[in-house]
Amino acid sequence: MLRNLPKDWLGAGFVVVLGLAILIFVPVYFDLFEVLQMTKYVVLALFVLSLAYIWGFGGILSFGQAGFFGLGGYIFAVSSINMGQTTLPFLIAIGLCVVFAAALGYFMFYGRLNDVYLGVVTLVVTLILYKLINHTAGPEYIIGTARLGGFNGIPSIPIMTLPWQPDQEMEPAQMFQYFMAILIVVYVLLHILIKSKFGRVAISIRENEVRSSLLGYDVRLYKLCIFMIGGAIGGGAGAMWASYQTFVDPNIFSLEWSAKCLIWVIAGGVGTLIGPIIGVIALEYLSFQLGQTDFINNLIVLGTILILVVLLMPKGLFPTFRDIFLKLWRRGGGQGGGQGDGGRLG
Amino acid sequence: MDYSLVVAIELLREVAGLILIATGLAIVFGMMRVINIAHGEFIMLGGYTVVLTTKQGVNIWIAILILAPLVVGIFGVVVERLIIRHLYGRIIDSLLATWGLSLFLIGFITVVFGNTVEGVTTPFAAVAIGQYRVSIYTLFLIFAAMAVIASVYLTLRHTKAGLIARATMQNPDMVETLGINSKLVYMATFGVGAAFAGLAGGLLAPISGVVPSMGALLIGKAFITVVTGGTAVVAGTLAASSILGSISQSVTFMFGPVFGDATLLFVALILLRLLPQGITGRIFTRSV
Amino acid sequence: MTRNISRRSMLKGTAAVGAAGALPLMPFAAQAAGEILVGGLHDLSGFIDFAGIPMNQIMLMAIEEINAGGGLLGKKVKGIVYDPQTNMSLYSQYATQLALKDKASVVMGGITSASRETIRPILHRYKTLYFYNTLYEGGVCDRNEISLGTTPAQTVEKLVPYTMGLWGKKVYTIAADYNYGQITAAWVKRYVEQNGGEVVATDFFPLDVTNFGSTISKIQSAKPDMVMSVLVGTGHLGFYNQWAAAGMKKEIPIASTTFGAAGAELEILKPEVANGIITSYGYYPSIDSPANNEWVAKVNKRYPEKTPLLSELSAFTWEGMMIWADAVRTAGSLDRMKLIEVMESGKTYTMPSGECSIDPKTHHAIRDVYIADLKDKTYIIKKKFSQVQPADTQLVCDLEKNPNSNKHYEISLK
Repeated sequence: MLRNLPKDWLGAGFVVVLGLAILIFVPVYFDLFEVLQMTKYVVLALFVLSLAYIWGFGGILSFGQAGFFGLGGYIFAVSSINMGQTTLPFLIAIGLCVVFAAALGYFMFYGRLNDVYLGVVTLVVTLILYKLINHTAGPEYIIGTARLGGFNGIPSIPIMTLPWQPDQEMEPAQMFQYFMAILIVVYVLLHILIKSKFGRVAISIRENEVRSSLLGYDVRLYKLCIFMIGGAIGGGAGAMWASYQTFVDPNIFSLEWSAKCLIWVIAGGVGTLIGPIIGVIALEYLSFQLGQTDFINNLIVLGTILILVVLLMPKGLFPTFRDIFLKLWRRGGGQGGGQGDGGRLG
Repeated sequence: MDYSLVVAIELLREVAGLILIATGLAIVFGMMRVINIAHGEFIMLGGYTVVLTTKQGVNIWIAILILAPLVVGIFGVVVERLIIRHLYGRIIDSLLATWGLSLFLIGFITVVFGNTVEGVTTPFAAVAIGQYRVSIYTLFLIFAAMAVIASVYLTLRHTKAGLIARATMQNPDMVETLGINSKLVYMATFGVGAAFAGLAGGLLAPISGVVPSMGALLIGKAFITVVTGGTAVVAGTLAASSILGSISQSVTFMFGPVFGDATLLFVALILLRLLPQGITGRIFTRSV
Repeated sequence: MTRNISRRSMLKGTAAVGAAGALPLMPFAAQAAGEILVGGLHDLSGFIDFAGIPMNQIMLMAIEEINAGGGLLGKKVKGIVYDPQTNMSLYSQYATQLALKDKASVVMGGITSASRETIRPILHRYKTLYFYNTLYEGGVCDRNEISLGTTPAQTVEKLVPYTMGLWGKKVYTIAADYNYGQITAAWVKRYVEQNGGEVVATDFFPLDVTNFGSTISKIQSAKPDMVMSVLVGTGHLGFYNQWAAAGMKKEIPIASTTFGAAGAELEILKPEVANGIITSYGYYPSIDSPANNEWVAKVNKRYPEKTPLLSELSAFTWEGMMIWADAVRTAGSLDRMKLIEVMESGKTYTMPSGECSIDPKTHHAIRDVYIADLKDKTYIIKKKFSQVQPADTQLVCDLEKNPNSNKHYEISLK
């Protein structure tokens, strides 16, 4: 019976099982510090999923997912400081990011912006947010009881509490498990979405927009919806990030964060969901380790590795390893399957 | 009256600055569809070339006008041979690879030359306009930017080399059948783009802080200018730089640099919305 | 029947551990028996590395000197150096690691206010003593932190009347557009007005502005007696070059609260551009005292090549290490509260920068402050003020009344 399941469901199923195992076992076997570290990777994985989805499965190259990440963080910070609880602010952050994505998406897609031009617009919007928030240092920039704080950011953001129980702050292990659960759920939902009719139309738009439009699909509307989903995920990740760090600052809107998101997706493998997750964990872990050694300048090492990844693993980390793995595991005549549509954008 | 003249000069200066930092990127992106994130670092290399050679006693003009573009141009050719040539048609991969290159260059320069090297000063004095003083170097920059644009235009339009370059970008296979080595053309074009970046860095060296991270401050603006301009190298860069530069600098004069900076971004946003293929996607589409 | 898998009822040794084991297992600094660990969190790469590298070098030199003198409590001191690469997320990770995994006894580090505010709450939460040695806008109120850097009430308050007395009462302020720049500009305005002067305009510059032509024209138009520069960062270095290029150095003098704070501007700008800029800090390498002369010689002997730039940042890193070591010897223990009580006792330390003590109400330094002119890469000290109080932080912070305070107050001047 297992053989009859589509190969990509098998792959996704494996990932989900792995994810559940991590969720359950990590707090048992790892100490506080390591659990905190992994929570960070979980949040970043969610962030990178937002771009991985809209780009790999919708063809929207957004240079500004950091914008939603930052907005989600700031909205969560301001609302939770004002409201004294965290569950509603989390939903508000996601909701407002969806609204913002709708507005920006409308602006872009109904203006027929595409590929690199769209990318630059999203980048510009994120940079505008960066400059605006950097400017908000004075005491007059205050929303309710939360000062925006300018360059120094907003400190002392409430730690997330168990849903609808404002008195029970999550302990680090609980936070890890809740976030991991959210990540798994989002991953599964995205997978279902990709396989649905909506998802297939989205992929066809990614492949050939003109043809899809000639077939009668409203390309702009589909892209808008995809962009809004990406905004929701990115905003949710941002809120989780703000709560995890208990601190958010304008740097989250910077060119660097936008670029890094792209780098993680490309390095991990565009066109897959798990690839970019692997990409972000690998590269962030690498940075973390590099900072502990004094051997060679960190930038030289990181830069060299990125160049080598591109030259030697043109499809990205995950697809390359997957193909090698499958080739070794081939059972007479099989081929490299795997989840998601392996198409790459040129 | 004097003040208006000063304002006009400053507006032109901002436009000139954008032209200088964007031209190299426009050549590489507009003609080859390669996103060179390391463009900022190429500019930085030009600045370092000037600073280091003048320390050894080289005349500053030779350093700025000859050595900086030459050194960075050659370096660009090397980069093209090693990295870029594997990435044609892979616009996304070029992003990742050049980002890695950018990090590498910043780290490399820091290790080899340290992060504080003594800079250079402008070789000119200032000139008085009424009660104001304007640096002659500012006027020189404006002149240099015009020369850069003019030379690119003349080369592309009126020389055989330019014709070959344009033809190769349009249809490399056809050009090959006509007996031209397209790979050589790509290499040369990337080198020329790098050389212009080096020239920009050299020109900016006397009026900036030459540090390993100086490129990172410029790449955002350069990139936005190039994309807003559209695919035509000369017309696009000229149009985008002029509009973005003059409007943002006017706002800076009136309301301060914070708003001026934000205005540049807003104007780019509106331009892209109205002209989704960049300025030269709609206007001046046939130009070079 | 649903199976409740609770965290407690797990079987050991499953394949999942193998899969999870592929995830990062953080190595931690091996603590040899009987070693005291000092954490260093300074940017060694990235935009601020020119500030972080000297601070790190001096910290390591201090550790060597302590060990040469027999260590502390009979044990050797070991430095754990992490490079946050000007990345706030790495700052928070390394701070957490130092506190939880490495269990450092004390942490030196943080350069910008943003990085400090990232790690301060973490070190406070996990009760790891923290020294912040960089000058900043003031306002930190946290018993777990010792802030040795100067604040505007210590330096700007002296710089303004001195330069106004030299040059005149009309001031044009140019400042970096972020918290430190904005607060310092507000202090400048207050002190100028207190001394009977007038700030004709204050222009703010985002940190990545590199073209200052328009502001230079506006300054020429306003004809002030002096320019007060609160510019920060490498992008803003261009201002000084462009100012000189416009021939303005002979026309209007510049004072600055930030120029040369980490020492880098001295190296990067040519003397003809940098000469004549008057600044005020708690330390200059040209302080002529036995303590400083000896210390500078020590630094040059230890680092004949790649000599660290000497400024407040590196000098106060040394002070932080020495004050901490002295507290450990005095208290005879590494217990955090005991060390804090020793440091709060009002003891005066003789340091290369002069005399300093720690104000128990704010945990900021009461120290000597200097005003200096700059000529050909050498500072010429013009005035010295003894034992200046951190009056701005004292406005908002009283740790004796609120020992559990854990906040960075933004000092409002409205």
